[in-house]
Amino acid sequence: MEGYDPKLPTGSVDVRMWILKRFIVTLWTACCAALLAIGTAHAQLEIDITKGNIDPTPIAVPSFLGTDSQTRDLGAQISEVIRADLERSGLFRSLDPASFLETQTNIDYQPTFADWRVIKAEALVSGRVVKESPTKIRVEFRLWDIFAGNQLAGLRFATTPDNWRRTAHKASDAIYKALTGEEGYFDSRIVFIDEKGGKVGRKKRLAIMDQDGHAPQFLLAGSDLVVTPRFSPSAQKITFMSYENVVPQVYLLDIETGRRELLGNFPGMTFAPRFSPDGNTLIMSMMSKGNSDLYAMDLRTRSTSRLTNDPAIDVSGSFSPDGRQLVFNSDRGGSPQLYTMNANGTNKKRISFGKGRYSAPVWSPRGDKIAFVKSHQGKFTIGVMNPDGSGERQLTESYMDESPTWSPNGRVIIFSRETKGRNGSNSVWSVDLTGQNLRKVETPGNASDPAWSPLLP
Amino acid sequence: MNIKPIAISLTVLALTACATKPKVEPVQERPVVEAPPPVFEEAAPTPPPVVQAPPVVQAPTFDPNAPVPGSAEDFAYQAGGEPRVYFAYDSYSLNSDARAALTRQAQWLQTYSNVSAIVEGNADERGTREYNLALGARRADAVKAFLVGQGVSPSRLTTVSYGKERPIDARSNEAGWSRNRNGHTNLTSGAIG
Repeated sequence: MEGYDPKLPTGSVDVRMWILKRFIVTLWTACCAALLAIGTAHAQLEIDITKGNIDPTPIAVPSFLGTDSQTRDLGAQISEVIRADLERSGLFRSLDPASFLETQTNIDYQPTFADWRVIKAEALVSGRVVKESPTKIRVEFRLWDIFAGNQLAGLRFATTPDNWRRTAHKASDAIYKALTGEEGYFDSRIVFIDEKGGKVGRKKRLAIMDQDGHAPQFLLAGSDLVVTPRFSPSAQKITFMSYENVVPQVYLLDIETGRRELLGNFPGMTFAPRFSPDGNTLIMSMMSKGNSDLYAMDLRTRSTSRLTNDPAIDVSGSFSPDGRQLVFNSDRGGSPQLYTMNANGTNKKRISFGKGRYSAPVWSPRGDKIAFVKSHQGKFTIGVMNPDGSGERQLTESYMDESPTWSPNGRVIIFSRETKGRNGSNSVWSVDLTGQNLRKVETPGNASDPAWSPLLP
Repeated sequence: MNIKPIAISLTVLALTACATKPKVEPVQERPVVEAPPPVFEEAAPTPPPVVQAPPVVQAPTFDPNAPVPGSAEDFAYQAGGEPRVYFAYDSYSLNSDARAALTRQAQWLQTYSNVSAIVEGNADERGTREYNLALGARRADAVKAFLVGQGVSPSRLTTVSYGKERPIDARSNEAGWSRNRNGHTNLTSGAIG
């Protein structure tokens, strides 16, 4: 847990300031421009991320150049973050800078491709940091295909020195996209539940961090039990369930303004909230006399419509990315299984038919898969299936794996894993859609219920 | 405290019952120890209470260590040790033990009719969070429905589900799980003490 600051800033004021700062620098980073290609682009290097990561692509990311000690330091830090991002994806192997033969002094000239071929690099990222004023820097990089001998991408970011980390993530996203053809997911955040204490009497708090575990912050003051946070796909908003009132309910939190509100005026417990892909609708479950049914709330009009009306448990609704369908969890057939239906509640059909009990379905943002939790023979696993229930595959297995959530590009799933026994605790893990590259996600402490943000604006 | 007359009379009865069942100390069998000379003249010994059989009015046997009648401790005691009933895995049906315990809970709640309670539904850790919230709610509602069926006014009972968020046993084995699958009748107001 290196890099963990045990003194997490607390309270909405801190968060607001932090968010505001981020918002301002976002405007700066938006002013990025493509660097003109040196030589013609004929990409040979293309990484197929659909087949699983058997042989990660060797990539060289030397420290970004600088003109003084400040820009040189920033350049070293930026390249380090890019290397870590690419490595964590499992698609790349970052080569040791000590093995590099060529030391470029100007990124506007072609690298000596032969020198990079010798060390078996297939791609090279060369960049620099330029100070434009005491409060403004320019970060530029070029991505080279070593074997084709041409430039695959070149980008320039205008930003502030303290925003170097986000700039690095944006560079990682651009590199990932240039090499895989898919959007990246590095400039994104994760909301989660920070956990303290053993299984009995555990304290849980809503928190947020960068996807690589940096800058963890608590989002709420107070110590009320909070579970199942979810990110809006279209805005810096989070929904979650809190026990702050007698009846636990679903809340909405704007993380830019810190404004929090109770959603709806339901007589019973509301829970299991999740946004529609356009962020305008919230699906949730409401309890009435021991029975849970699914409701959709239009967040603009606050009108609600009932989508299920069945004595069974109906929970964990999740929209398809086109917003026209929902997958949900129900025990209407006698055991917990997955069902799909139209967004208006019609055409319900069961899609899970394997051995075991299915729950917690989440539709991929790409639309091609549904992630879920399955319990069978005392184990809980994360799996994926096609929306019609075919092609089921198991990605993980442990005593308790749950709460799957998709990366913005639908290629990675993170989830929480609880270990068995008296000293059992929760941690967050990530795995590829292919079941490869299982890794622990950095969190400030024990953590559960992760939810990935969309790519930041 | 706004206790209705019926409750007062029962309380007095209970106290009387306790007081009228003294333990007869076999004083003469104690080892004889030379007592220091009395500085003060000893008061006349308190006359022993008139020993008579305690009135057998109520079925529960009285225990001198029993908690204060009408207290939350008394509720737990009368309900069989703790005001929780237990469920099978992924089930919310009440077995015979649970029904018997809830019948005792209902009797007590009818005796202390100004007491309100929240029924908390709990699940073990072997389920996903949201499903367990729904399952816990079913359990809480099953407990409430049974108590109401026994004559407790529904207006005195609310429910909440904690899903798997409030385990009482940290063990990851059947002994621990079976304790964590419960409905807990938690008194919220009106209890003595």
